[in-house]
Amino acid sequence: MNFDALFDHIGQHTVDGLAKGAIYALVALGYTLVYGVLRLINFAHSEVFMVGTFAVMWTWIGIGAGNTPSIGIAILLLVLGGLVGAAASGGTAVLVELVAYRHLRRKNAPSLVFLITAIGVSLSLTEIFGIFTGNGERKIQGMPTILNQSIAIDFLGVEITNLQLIVLAAAFLMMIGLDQFINKTRYGRGVRAVAQNPDTAALMGVNKDRVIVLIFALGGLMAGVAAVLWNMRYGFTRFDIGFVIGLKAFTAAVLGGIGNLRGALVGGLLLGVIEVYFATLTASKWEDVFAFIVLVVVLMFRPTGLLGESLGRARA
Amino acid sequence: MTANENTVTKKKKRSFADRWNGLPGWSRFFWIMGGVIFLFYLPELGNIPGTNLEIPGLGFLRTDVGVGGSDWDSILFRCAVFVLIALGLNVVVGLAGLLDLGYVGFFAIGAYSVALFGSQQSPVVKLLRANFDLAPDWALAWSWCILLAIVLTMFSGVLLGWPTLRLRGDYLAIVTLGFGEIIRIIARNSTITGGPDGITAIPGPEGAPNAQNKYFSILDQKWWYWLALVAVLVVILAVRRLENSRVGRSWLAIREDEDAAAVMGVHGFKFKLWAFAIGAAIGGLSGLLFASQQAFIDPSQFNVNLSILFVAMVVVGGAGNMAGAALGAILLTYLPERLRSLGALEFLPERFQDPAEFRYLLFGLAMVVVMILRPQGLLPSKRRARELKDRAQEVPVNG
Repeated sequence: MNFDALFDHIGQHTVDGLAKGAIYALVALGYTLVYGVLRLINFAHSEVFMVGTFAVMWTWIGIGAGNTPSIGIAILLLVLGGLVGAAASGGTAVLVELVAYRHLRRKNAPSLVFLITAIGVSLSLTEIFGIFTGNGERKIQGMPTILNQSIAIDFLGVEITNLQLIVLAAAFLMMIGLDQFINKTRYGRGVRAVAQNPDTAALMGVNKDRVIVLIFALGGLMAGVAAVLWNMRYGFTRFDIGFVIGLKAFTAAVLGGIGNLRGALVGGLLLGVIEVYFATLTASKWEDVFAFIVLVVVLMFRPTGLLGESLGRARA
Repeated sequence: MTANENTVTKKKKRSFADRWNGLPGWSRFFWIMGGVIFLFYLPELGNIPGTNLEIPGLGFLRTDVGVGGSDWDSILFRCAVFVLIALGLNVVVGLAGLLDLGYVGFFAIGAYSVALFGSQQSPVVKLLRANFDLAPDWALAWSWCILLAIVLTMFSGVLLGWPTLRLRGDYLAIVTLGFGEIIRIIARNSTITGGPDGITAIPGPEGAPNAQNKYFSILDQKWWYWLALVAVLVVILAVRRLENSRVGRSWLAIREDEDAAAVMGVHGFKFKLWAFAIGAAIGGLSGLLFASQQAFIDPSQFNVNLSILFVAMVVVGGAGNMAGAALGAILLTYLPERLRSLGALEFLPERFQDPAEFRYLLFGLAMVVVMILRPQGLLPSKRRARELKDRAQEVPVNG
């Protein structure tokens, strides 16, 4: 246990953790939205994120982006990547719902059947990308570096890089946007109504199927933005990156209270920060184990998460 | 008139299960014994033992007939081990209705318990020798390793189940998924487990692997298959007894409606924990057989996809029905190998001809298709099929 390393640079580690957690939070939103409405863990969501990273990578390589272009082009690439990633991930999520889940809902299948289908979809997507991309070598696939890491803000010895700044800003913007959408708009009211009571909402004239497609699309959109941020920050992707990110994002969602949008943000950021603390304290090769232990501890002592579960808010 | 005739024939047509149950006891015993003898005969499939005669047709089923086929006895052994896994997982997924996505973890613990305590090369054995004044060639005997593997896996099953089984079922799936991965990471990162290099010289029933071994040698896999087959038969008998006991009925009650079961006085948590522990023990046993036959294991053999493959075997075959789960396991192991030895895959690009390459994709898709079209599986348990059909009739408002 290396406590000196942790406490000497606690501010720095916190910022690193927040930037890391912001990506978890964005992916966690997908789990939370679907869980809040359908009471279903969408296991395929980790692959929705993975598809996004590939789509963004292909876009960047396709338009012939070089390493570290000028700042104007870099911003353009990021925005374009964000749009393509959101479209690809959102599209994948909706496709999964239409192809796999919709039939099961019609048959009122038990949750075990849903889970197994989700696992099957997840495995199929992973394998499709493993076999048919990168010559089937199943290796890491690199992409052009869009932004060089440099220190943007130096505040009392805490250095915040430009990448971290962009990740945090983008994640917060998306979060606020989503929160407003769910809480203020007509569509958002429909989502909350279905989350509270699907049958009553249907009787009040809410089109349940349309709401469900909407939440899958929204979750996918957030995962797509997370994908472009991931690509910008780490510069590689692989067919199976979804697994670890998915497990961590799910942990984040449970930590904050699954089904609760603000909970996903809190859970994601918190998980990122404690993960960085833990990695500093111990050998970082145990980092992936740590998120899992957090998940088990939360489930044991506070299964409803820190902020409690509620998408519909009024559930008593 | 024809319509009337049809109804008559329909009435006469009885299901296989009905006809089976209608047979007299001695007849059923005769059929079962015949089936068991056939299973033991399988390594010689197509030949009449002791002669050079061949039975035409049967040899076609073997996997070593074509060019590039795999050794038939090893495929049989692998089928038997996977059937054992499917039977164990069937207790958890099929009977108790708990989705365990970390079954590979128990499989790995079983494999590592024989490797770590039975092998001359293992760091654990060396540590014990150094600290407890043991003979320089001391290692735990293979038969004791069986007991150890079962105890350790049951214990880890309880350890994992204790915090998680109180929760809703869907949380269990993701926690077990994490558990399977954790076991692999621990095996890879610790020095005590041999790290990424794994462990060699894992013993079998005749002690450490050796070309001079009379039965359980590396060259001839027949005895390994028979050993695994005996394990499968013992487990089938044991699980059958459990299914028809108070425990088995409690599992079904929990699967169908946990609240209703609780009202009827079924202690859900206790029986779920039992299902978990028993399933884990069977998984550990299969891991032990696997490790002994391979004589070498390393962490990369226990990745998460394998867990999902196990679940696919059970649900594609028919969760809740032992015959179904076994069928799923056999199909999943045997078919890709047979197709390859037939040369049926030669139209594919070269790298797709290895069954390992596309197997996971096929079974991912199979899981989705089966769940949508036939959620009870290919060879369903009658009760489970009725349950699903019943649910489909209570469709909620606006579907």
